[in-house]
Amino acid sequence: MNFLEHVAKARVLAPAGIPVPRAVHCGTPEEAQAAFAELGPCMVKAQVPTGKRGKAGGIKPANTAEEARARAADILGMQIDGHPVGSVLLEEQARIAREFYAAILIDTVGRRPLVLFSTEGGMDIEEVAATRPDALRRHRVDLDSGFDAAAARAMLSGLDLSGAEEQVAGILVALYATSGRIDAELIEINPLALLADGRVVALDCKLTLDDSAAFRQTDLAGSAAEEPMTDLEREGAANGLKFIQLDGDVGVLANGAGLTMTTMDVISHCGGRPANFLEIGGEAYTKSEAALKLVLSNPGVKSLVVNFCGAFARTDVMAEGVVTAWKRLAPDIPVFFSIHGTGEDEAVRLVREGLGQEPFDLMEDAVQAAVDAAHSGAHPAAQSQASGGAAR
Amino acid sequence: MIIYRQSARVLVQGITGKQGTFWTQKMMECGTRVVAGVNPKRAGEQHLGVPVYATAKAAMAESPFDVAVMFIPPAMAREAALDAIEAGARTVVILTEHIPARDVIAIHHAAARHRTRVIGPNTAGIVTPGEGFVGIMPGHNPNIFQPGEVGVISRSGSLGTLICLNLTRAGFGQSAFLGIGGDPMIGTTTRDALQALDEDPRTRAVVLVGEIGGAMEEAAAEYAAGMAKPVVSFIAGRASPPGKKMGHAGAIVSGTLGSYDGKRRALEAAGVAVADTPAEIPGLLGAGPRDRLRQPAAHALSV
Repeated sequence: MNFLEHVAKARVLAPAGIPVPRAVHCGTPEEAQAAFAELGPCMVKAQVPTGKRGKAGGIKPANTAEEARARAADILGMQIDGHPVGSVLLEEQARIAREFYAAILIDTVGRRPLVLFSTEGGMDIEEVAATRPDALRRHRVDLDSGFDAAAARAMLSGLDLSGAEEQVAGILVALYATSGRIDAELIEINPLALLADGRVVALDCKLTLDDSAAFRQTDLAGSAAEEPMTDLEREGAANGLKFIQLDGDVGVLANGAGLTMTTMDVISHCGGRPANFLEIGGEAYTKSEAALKLVLSNPGVKSLVVNFCGAFARTDVMAEGVVTAWKRLAPDIPVFFSIHGTGEDEAVRLVREGLGQEPFDLMEDAVQAAVDAAHSGAHPAAQSQASGGAAR
Repeated sequence: MIIYRQSARVLVQGITGKQGTFWTQKMMECGTRVVAGVNPKRAGEQHLGVPVYATAKAAMAESPFDVAVMFIPPAMAREAALDAIEAGARTVVILTEHIPARDVIAIHHAAARHRTRVIGPNTAGIVTPGEGFVGIMPGHNPNIFQPGEVGVISRSGSLGTLICLNLTRAGFGQSAFLGIGGDPMIGTTTRDALQALDEDPRTRAVVLVGEIGGAMEEAAAEYAAGMAKPVVSFIAGRASPPGKKMGHAGAIVSGTLGSYDGKRRALEAAGVAVADTPAEIPGLLGAGPRDRLRQPAAHALSV
């Protein structure tokens, strides 16, 4: 889950002792105007969970209270990278001498936390790695020794930080400690600014928390930014189903992430376009009824392929849910099944007796039939014939 | 131990739960040597004919085991894994999905120190047809698994099951199925699994089922380039949109990293035949690009 800048700064950086500029979070132009009296000349910053704010015009200076109100009004009406701007952060203007970069992330290949620092802040870290590798330092943290001030100093040694070495080392240590405490996947400060007066301050912060740790970070998780989702995706999430709406016309209902992706691939290989990704893996296999409803609610769906291969998931339980829901919803589109694995015999019987359908032996054949049906706009009446040709 | 052998004694952590009970029965029916279980609240009881202990350490003292398999929810997975590792398990099979990343790091750290092999997290387990299985795979289903000479590696249980089913129907039995898990940080990588099958005398060919995301297939391709045994691959996720997590936390493409095309190129450059659909795999095994499968000895490559 991702967090807005103002939440990351107020709830994570400031409590960790990492300096941030004085700021006021505002939801309306009037609040921004009032905040100016407190802050003086400031920056008006769109609060959206994306890194493309500056280029999109979502960060503007304000030198009078009237400007603060006007800039806030402009920015609050914007949509940046698909995110409507719901609020702005007014921050005191900083006199920047240099811009650095600092981040803690999880190195999945090394299976360790990774500390990153660069003397070239303000640009993408990928770009720094490509163009100025000498400016970038990486430190993979060994869990036994941890990451203390000595480790931070060693990591920074040889870099010219204009006298800010100790401040930066302290910030890196604090950032590392806090990242573990809050189960952060990524905390990135870019830029970490050295001001003209010698202070080092976090001017921006990107924070991503580990979704799997939400159960023990309930306080912070409650302040996460809302994910951009379609209504159907939101409905899926509310049911504990990972549903991604796509722009194709062949609906997909399969169990497990790998098999679902593969079903989408075969749809594409057969000349069709998948209408969705939907995972009913793990314990979610018992939710096939709710899952089917979601898939059918997608207005683009013209045909459906149901591809079950039971390992942990029992195909009989999944098939029962699908047959029950299908009878109740009575959708006006054709459906094509392929069912194998745990509970297969009972599942096939349920589909045969409940829907008068004969599952295909090969998933490729079920998918091809569904793709053909979507193209021809075939009606349910045609499907028993279509599936009869390649019956088990 | 990556490939399951019947000689291995198995401890089931969470044996008394619904899934633990169901799958322990299936494992036993399949020939797996389950010697004990763990549930702190039921210590001292018998369950499914084996003793239940409070901890893996207590189990090790009285009912020594080689492999621990975890039917444990995410919030308790770290503690259970560390218990098994510290108890001296040679291999820990972690089925649990959605374990916090920091806990996974702690588990791998402890495993490295104790030289414990971790399989998973988020794996469906490992199957050796004719010997048994550890995990949540239909190892007991003869339509899917038959003894043979093809080793199968898969991150996904459901897709791995489909691939094994296709192989069995085409007359190719399996020397081993290695489910390595869908998480981004897994203890046994695609490359580790490939090496284990390469070194296994009973395996004559390998089917490598990959997924978009990460760089494990690319690393495995490096190893495959030096192998004499033929390798056939299928990579799931070609039609998945970039920037979205496709269920498996590991299956996300960002920029060019982890893309389908990159993986396919790396594998093909290493001499691996890549199938467009799962149904093509048996055909590629039968007439693979490697000379060895075209030799008369290839006839031995059957059920």
